[in-house]
Amino acid sequence: MHLDHTHDGPSAVSADARRPDGRRRALRIGLGGPVGSGKTATVAALCRALRDELSLAVVTNDIYTREDAEFLLREAVLPPERITAVETGACPHTAIRDDISANLEAVEDLEDETGPLDLILVESGGDNLTATFSRGLVDAQIFVIDVAGGDDIPRKGGPGVTTADLLVVNKTDLAPYVGSDLERMAADAEAQRAGLPVVFQSLRTGSGVTAVAGWVRERLAAWTA
Amino acid sequence: MSRAALLVLADGRFPAGGHAHSGGAEAAVRAGRITGAASLEDFCRGRLHTSGLVSAALAAAAALGADPVALDAAADARTPSPALRVAARRLGRQLVRAARATWPCTELDALARQFPKGAHQPVVLGVAARAAGLGPEDAAYCSVYECVSGPASATVRLLSLDPFDATAALARLAPELDVVAHAAADAARRALADGVETLPAASAPLLEIGAEAHAAWPVRLFAS
Repeated sequence: MHLDHTHDGPSAVSADARRPDGRRRALRIGLGGPVGSGKTATVAALCRALRDELSLAVVTNDIYTREDAEFLLREAVLPPERITAVETGACPHTAIRDDISANLEAVEDLEDETGPLDLILVESGGDNLTATFSRGLVDAQIFVIDVAGGDDIPRKGGPGVTTADLLVVNKTDLAPYVGSDLERMAADAEAQRAGLPVVFQSLRTGSGVTAVAGWVRERLAAWTA
Repeated sequence: MSRAALLVLADGRFPAGGHAHSGGAEAAVRAGRITGAASLEDFCRGRLHTSGLVSAALAAAAALGADPVALDAAADARTPSPALRVAARRLGRQLVRAARATWPCTELDALARQFPKGAHQPVVLGVAARAAGLGPEDAAYCSVYECVSGPASATVRLLSLDPFDATAALARLAPELDVVAHAAADAARRALADGVETLPAASAPLLEIGAEAHAAWPVRLFAS
């Protein structure tokens, strides 16, 4: 919805694909999931995998601290001006779904101040299985769960597991130690997701974030096509 | 004009960022000034008659069509705390975004263009009320209600306060909300004739001091 078509007009009010100056805005991908499932570690790994080929930035939505933003700063995955923390009033699911105004300002300011950007990753603070991103904020969303959180989570479903554009089952290296059945998790996820993709990942062993980074590249190619 | 538009604008779920702010309640809880429903009510009463009156008069004046630039300067002059100025502008920017999508009009477009990083929230609230076809009393009512409902809902989260007790405290404040809303609208009408410098300038020093301390905390639930 364009309320103002002039190129020097005020910023857009919704998820317009074009910025006020007429350029295509960055692709926005949300990452949500329960506490401790590895969202921030996945964001850090994605930054390392993609930063040499793409111009990218990150918005974090912490619950009561700046821990996630500070972890990314400490790990130096991106220059500090490309990482913004949004304060959520103890409710990240509100800030990413019901009232997205602070996050929209964060992504627009990142594009204004560090752009042009190809990709902005919007990370939610750890939340429950129903937390999803508004389509007014992100173009695609990744839901991150882990094998140690219980191998019945894919079977339980819920909006995050069922509707996310990509489901990541993280920490597969821990499966033998916590007694999680990866085949059962894969079968349950397939049954819940009606053909939407699932990636099993361990950031400590094997190919790491490669599969997720590949999915992000595909989304970006579709966005800029 | 639609009465229901007032409900849309006053709804606590109106997506303009208020959920992330406690209206000073988080600092007051930490300082031991809010410990339960009774002290929450006292806190809200103090806020209502000081910064609440100031904000409501600014909102009513904007709803009457006073110059937003002059009103924004008047709001700055009445907000000593830099942290509260930042919070008010941030909330104003979020509100102008939501209001432009909800009630598209040239006045809101112009406001967004004049203040790309946000005007003070009460000024935006008044222009939004005007865009919704509402009057100065309506704008003042929205302002005074959010002045007390924000701290109340934040305190429910901060103290695990019984939500029924918090809501009952708001209901007990209702007659005073009426008085302050009408006083604010009257002051706004006078200011149209006599200038924005005549708008109320009540202040609550503990709110200002608490906001400065709160902004420096490394760990907090709310943005202000």
